Amino acid sequence: MTSHQPAEIGDLAAMQRIRSFEEKTRELSLARQIIGSVHLSIGQEAIPVGACAVLQPQDAVFATYRGHGWALARGVPLAPSFAELLGRSTGLNGGRGGSPYFSAPQYGFFGENSIVGAGAPIAVGAALAARYDGSGRVAVVSFGDGATNQGAMHEAMNFAAAFSLPVVFVCENNTYSELTPIAEMVGEPELWRRAAGYGMPGSRIDGNSVTTVRDAMAAAVDRARAGEGPSFIEAMTERLVGHYIGDVEHYRPAGEVASAWQREPIGRLERELVAQGVTEAVCRAAVQQAADEVERAVAEALAAPLASAEDVKEHLYA
Amino acid sequence: MPETVKLRFGEAVNAALRRAMETWPEALLYGEDVAKPGGVFGVTRRLRNDFGERVFDTPISESAIIGSAVGAAMMGRRPIVEIMWIDFTLVGIDQVINQAANVRYVSNGALSAPLTIRTQQGATPGSCAQHSQSLEALFAHVPGLRVCLPSTPQDAYDLLLSAVACDDPTLVIEARGLYAGEREEVVIGGPIAPVGGSRHRQHGSDLTMVTWGATARTAAQAAQALAAEGISTDLIETVWLNPFDTDAVLSSVERTGRLLVVHEANVTGGFGAEVIARVAESGVALRAAPGRLGLPDLRVPAAPHLSAAVLPTADRITDAARRIVAGTPVFCR
Ligand SMILES: Cc1ncc(C[n+]2csc(CCOP(=O)(O)OP(=O)(O)O)c2C)c(N)n1
Repeated sequence: MTSHQPAEIGDLAAMQRIRSFEEKTRELSLARQIIGSVHLSIGQEAIPVGACAVLQPQDAVFATYRGHGWALARGVPLAPSFAELLGRSTGLNGGRGGSPYFSAPQYGFFGENSIVGAGAPIAVGAALAARYDGSGRVAVVSFGDGATNQGAMHEAMNFAAAFSLPVVFVCENNTYSELTPIAEMVGEPELWRRAAGYGMPGSRIDGNSVTTVRDAMAAAVDRARAGEGPSFIEAMTERLVGHYIGDVEHYRPAGEVASAWQREPIGRLERELVAQGVTEAVCRAAVQQAADEVERAVAEALAAPLASAEDVKEHLYA
Repeated sequence: MPETVKLRFGEAVNAALRRAMETWPEALLYGEDVAKPGGVFGVTRRLRNDFGERVFDTPISESAIIGSAVGAAMMGRRPIVEIMWIDFTLVGIDQVINQAANVRYVSNGALSAPLTIRTQQGATPGSCAQHSQSLEALFAHVPGLRVCLPSTPQDAYDLLLSAVACDDPTLVIEARGLYAGEREEVVIGGPIAPVGGSRHRQHGSDLTMVTWGATARTAAQAAQALAAEGISTDLIETVWLNPFDTDAVLSSVERTGRLLVVHEANVTGGFGAEVIARVAESGVALRAAPGRLGLPDLRVPAAPHLSAAVLPTADRITDAARRIVAGTPVFCR
């Protein structure tokens, strides 16, 4: 590795780290080593990686149940993340949360949520707190296209706009709400247009380009930090796997997933880098390194004992 | 003409929905992913094909799903809506409690909201904290709202039809863990019963066990295990919580003198407390302190071995039953 490599090599590795983590997760789930619901973000990695690249430690990220990528992009270590999925004592949340509730506040990751749309008002509250604690914190909340149809989302966006709160609303539009296409469930499929109605800037961007995501986020975060209020970013992407593990995707047109693989963010960034003169070997090395890191982490997690049921009643109250 | 067919629990729900759509031209069926995809649990398969626009998919908007059902019902439709998991009823709960349950009373009977909300609950291994709650007590607390919990394919069929036929807003809480269970014989096409009643699943003389929903099958297993050790259980499944079959419980407790209530919901403020209160108020003389077994007051942990450590299992039920028969109080918290 040389010193004059473009920063995007880091993005490539960061996206691959998420991809490998989730591929391993799928393997463990199919092998029944992970029991319970797991929602993968394979294909959507550019959004958390691009978004988190411009955040500072004091910023607060809130994700959906499809939030492994956001956690890892925030710097949450791999081994305790695997351990959480595997119910180990070393798990991020002691096996209480599981895949849909990763949280690691020490990394500015305030948690996933499996109630669609519920994270938005909470993120607004994190932004509200910033107004009083002088931290300069920006709150970022990710949600799906389907989540924009929740009442809580509307209330949150209006609340944030009314008080010019430092929130960035990041809609990961993968075109499906579980098994139903978003286009059939809204009168205005360009979701970003809603932002205008609340009085905040909205944009629709290519969510498979990590660079585009980073630029859009940088503008929104700067605006938030400058006290100018919230923004709405609709990042267009595609889910390369089922809604959940085991989803046979009978509702997707034939060929859709195969064609989406041509546009997925990791291969795309590699092609862009190679076109800029980075050697394939350098790209491959970054990808391989991330994949190796994942293998080491899963081994570490598997070596840890199961979480003890002795203290299962702890952490209910202060 | 009634006929007997073999159906899984989920298939029985499908058969009931089909019959409801045929019986009531004013019936509508909608919810997230229910129409074209046939439901995330496959329970509503083929109904869109057969009933067209009366079956449709909705946005992820629980408040609008339930609220629109209230409005449509007031205008003469008979909506059957699916809320995918009971946890998500909380997102639309104003429409259930403040709106649907109020319509008839505050209009002095001039209006009604005959809607059915189908949902499911119960912890399955690895299901997460916001997908494992048992919330029946919350809804049974609300006057004006009917609540039932089937646990067999026959009841999945029968109770749903009773709910749709009923002119009150009715919540049918199915059990996710049962959808894909064994096929059992189900009589379909028979008369539709009015709401209410309970099921006397096993006759016995030492102990009355009262249960409903996801724990009904576990309780039946426990009752069998108890029989093997000489404890004879009178097992009553109170499939309706509103209206609740108090008489069935009392007449059993009068005979056995002992009572154990089993549910999967948290113990504090659970419906088990209501059952014990009714027995206490009735003045029936008990031979031992009554007990209730449920989830100790906890959020359900995600790791399967952690949730297994706290949910009511057949072993925990038999243990509680033995204690009651031995005269040792059961404290499950
Ligand atoms: C309030 C609520 N309603 C329904 C669900 C069930 N559900 C889980 S994921 C999902 C689809 C969400 O779609 P979208 O917001 O587009 O996110 P994506 O899954 O595409 O990332 C639904 C309906 C839920 N978890 N919470």
